Amino acid sequence: MANFSKSNVPQFSVEVYQNEFLPEGGREVNGIITVTSTGGGTTGGVPLPGAAAGAAVVIMVDCSGSMDYPPTKMRNARDATAAAVDTLRDGTSFAVVAGTHVAKEVYPGNGRLAVADSRTRAQAKEALRRLSAGGGTAIGTWLRLADRLLGAADVDIRHGILLTDGRNEHESPEDLRAALEVCAGRFTCDARGVGTDWEVKEVTAIASALLGTADIVADPAGLAADFTRMMEDAMGKEVADVALRLWTPVGVEIQYVKQVAPTVADLTGRRTEAGPRAGDYPTGSWGDESRDYHVCVRVPEAGIGQEMLAARVSLILPDPSGGAPQTLSQGLVRAVWTDDMVASTSINPQVAHYTGQAELAQVIQQGLDARKSGDFDGATAKLGRAVQLASASGNEDTAKLLSKVVDVVDAATGTVRLKAKVAEADEMTLETRSTKTVRVKK
Amino acid sequence: MSQNHQETALPRCPGCEEPLEQGDLFCGACGYDLSAAPAPAPDRPTVALVTPGQAPAAAAPSGVRHGGPDAADDFELAAPGAAAPDPRTAQEPVPAAAAGGKVCVACRAGRVDGDGYCENCGHAQPRERDHMEQELGAVAAVSDRGLRHHRNEDSFAVSTTALPDGSAAVVAIVCDGVSSASRPDEASAAAASTANECLLESLPRGTHPQQAMHEAIVAASESVNRLAQQAGQERDQHRHQNAPACTLVGAVVANGLLVVGWIGDSRVYWVPEDRSAAPARLTEDDSWAAQMVATGLMNEAEAYADERAHAITGWLGADAYELEPHTASFKPDRPGLVVVCTDGLWNYAESAAEMAAAVPEDAYRRPLHGAQVLVGHALDGGGHDNVTVALLPFTVSPQGAGSA
Repeated sequence: MANFSKSNVPQFSVEVYQNEFLPEGGREVNGIITVTSTGGGTTGGVPLPGAAAGAAVVIMVDCSGSMDYPPTKMRNARDATAAAVDTLRDGTSFAVVAGTHVAKEVYPGNGRLAVADSRTRAQAKEALRRLSAGGGTAIGTWLRLADRLLGAADVDIRHGILLTDGRNEHESPEDLRAALEVCAGRFTCDARGVGTDWEVKEVTAIASALLGTADIVADPAGLAADFTRMMEDAMGKEVADVALRLWTPVGVEIQYVKQVAPTVADLTGRRTEAGPRAGDYPTGSWGDESRDYHVCVRVPEAGIGQEMLAARVSLILPDPSGGAPQTLSQGLVRAVWTDDMVASTSINPQVAHYTGQAELAQVIQQGLDARKSGDFDGATAKLGRAVQLASASGNEDTAKLLSKVVDVVDAATGTVRLKAKVAEADEMTLETRSTKTVRVKK
Repeated sequence: MSQNHQETALPRCPGCEEPLEQGDLFCGACGYDLSAAPAPAPDRPTVALVTPGQAPAAAAPSGVRHGGPDAADDFELAAPGAAAPDPRTAQEPVPAAAAGGKVCVACRAGRVDGDGYCENCGHAQPRERDHMEQELGAVAAVSDRGLRHHRNEDSFAVSTTALPDGSAAVVAIVCDGVSSASRPDEASAAAASTANECLLESLPRGTHPQQAMHEAIVAASESVNRLAQQAGQERDQHRHQNAPACTLVGAVVANGLLVVGWIGDSRVYWVPEDRSAAPARLTEDDSWAAQMVATGLMNEAEAYADERAHAITGWLGADAYELEPHTASFKPDRPGLVVVCTDGLWNYAESAAEMAAAVPEDAYRRPLHGAQVLVGHALDGGGHDNVTVALLPFTVSPQGAGSA
């Protein structure tokens, strides 16, 4: 019998923000679902007394030939990996993989994972010294190896950290996509691009498929700090494979399901059916954190005065032994038809805010694409709108990144001029971080 | 008897949840054809409640097999194992409905979940307060959600008691929750029941009905104020701005006297039994329009045409400016009907003459039927608000007239 008294599983709470009032004939219902988990990871990475250390991490380091240009890149990558290894909690299973056009186990080898303690950490760092650059880049092979290693471990949390500095040139995009499909749901993975020779869309696609974060480390010197932070986050995760379950009544169409904070990620296409009229959307693993989701559904028309449940949102934790999944918490999205125009025309501030944040991410992407393809008028319009949205919603980080790509004439109206010269790193940073959102100002 | 007492006591219409009576062929409220549903077996009337699921399930093997192992105790362990595949496959096509929950009134296919929504079509189920009726011999009241609001924020209380001299006293209280406040439905329910209890306590002690009415309104006000305090403890401070609030109108018929009391814009009308006599409105709204007219700033037509006309200037609730309960005492010289109602009704019969025309001829003798007809009048007019009306027939007793 499983031991359910283990208390380090976080408590999940679900809050729904919506305007449930619809006018006569109204059909679209929007809700922002705030999910907060507390109680997990509160020990700051220190193992809880008596709790099993249920995590395994594989670090994938790009060792392609380009890592030697400049040579500091390889050295920084080694140092960063060493720093990440130092951050491993005692008892965590781990392995280091060197990635080129093939994937090689650097430590501990033989298809196994090492268990972190002072001895294995020292051995791993010793092994890192032998890392050298040479070869191509085939990220799909790295992920498949990581999957094999992690799959052999008897743990709850499986996580990967992937570092690349170049394009995925030595396998077809289909190969990478196939590898991501195999790995999705089996482990989570953070992806980092170092330097400016990598493809933003490749790295963000890996992170989004594997429910991790993506970022740019333009200066290799910043790698160690970033790796330490990533590993700390990974060590803070307490519960894996949490799914957002959406139940909708007969006749209700799901328009979209998106994560909107801390980053925008469209989950609509990632639904797996879970019983009648219910579907699960993956959310990966959770520590002490809070995320927001935007659910939009179309309900059948009903008369004034009618009320219906438009969707029931719950968080589901699958039972590892194959039993019925555990419902962690749930919230209701409702629809009430009213002839009160004031009630039905007001937009919930949370919904309005995140609709703006999602548009912000989209117009940055479109603006940068237009700029690359030489459509400078289109780029100016889109990035101008982005500046306006970022300024209005108080997304200062994104506003700062935008100001390195465009000269802002007037943020309130979105009047901008494209900068004649833009550092590649600035453009890539903006593209990678375009999906970062801020929460509603309290 | 005992095993059935709860559900069988109140068979309800599968269409609208209206309580049914033995032998009904159609639902009295929504016209649902009850013969379409399998006729309830006389010994197990609960079947009517869960028809779609129960009927197919009745023949399902599960019921039979559960009995089997019990009887054949030698094979207690073996039997469920052998039978296991069958009940599982047999039960799956008979989903939720068979699990004993109520069936949705909107789609009639899904079961109602713990939150009060259908597990199939998601529709909210009628709540107990959506339609309420009560009759107590000399007084009857009906309250309805109306056609445009999603819940009933009105409430009422009716009762009868005895004065110290043994003569009967009849009480009717009607409250209308203020929609712009939070939890108006709780406010109206608290106010109506508190005022009623207060009168039931003070009238038998011999308190003058007008004084008793005044005290009852003050007590009701305190009970509504307490709702705001409770909220303040559990919730954020900003909730206070929207303290629960409601109107109140009450009537007491006792000892040949008709006493009315009110706060807000719920009203009392007087409709004499002899329809040739003039009907009258007995209350003066605490509303913007009434105030404009009273102070002579506007004439009645102008004031009621203004969009602020119905904004009320007096109510029960923690954020009311100053509680000024209005009471009035009348000594009618002829029998008649006292109509106690919310604006959900009088919006469709504003003047006393219109109200008298809407009251059916026999309402004096059949107050419940009369109240139902009046609610129907409001629904026919559009039912834009919750509708609540209480009818108290006023009798002039020869004794009372003589002593007064």
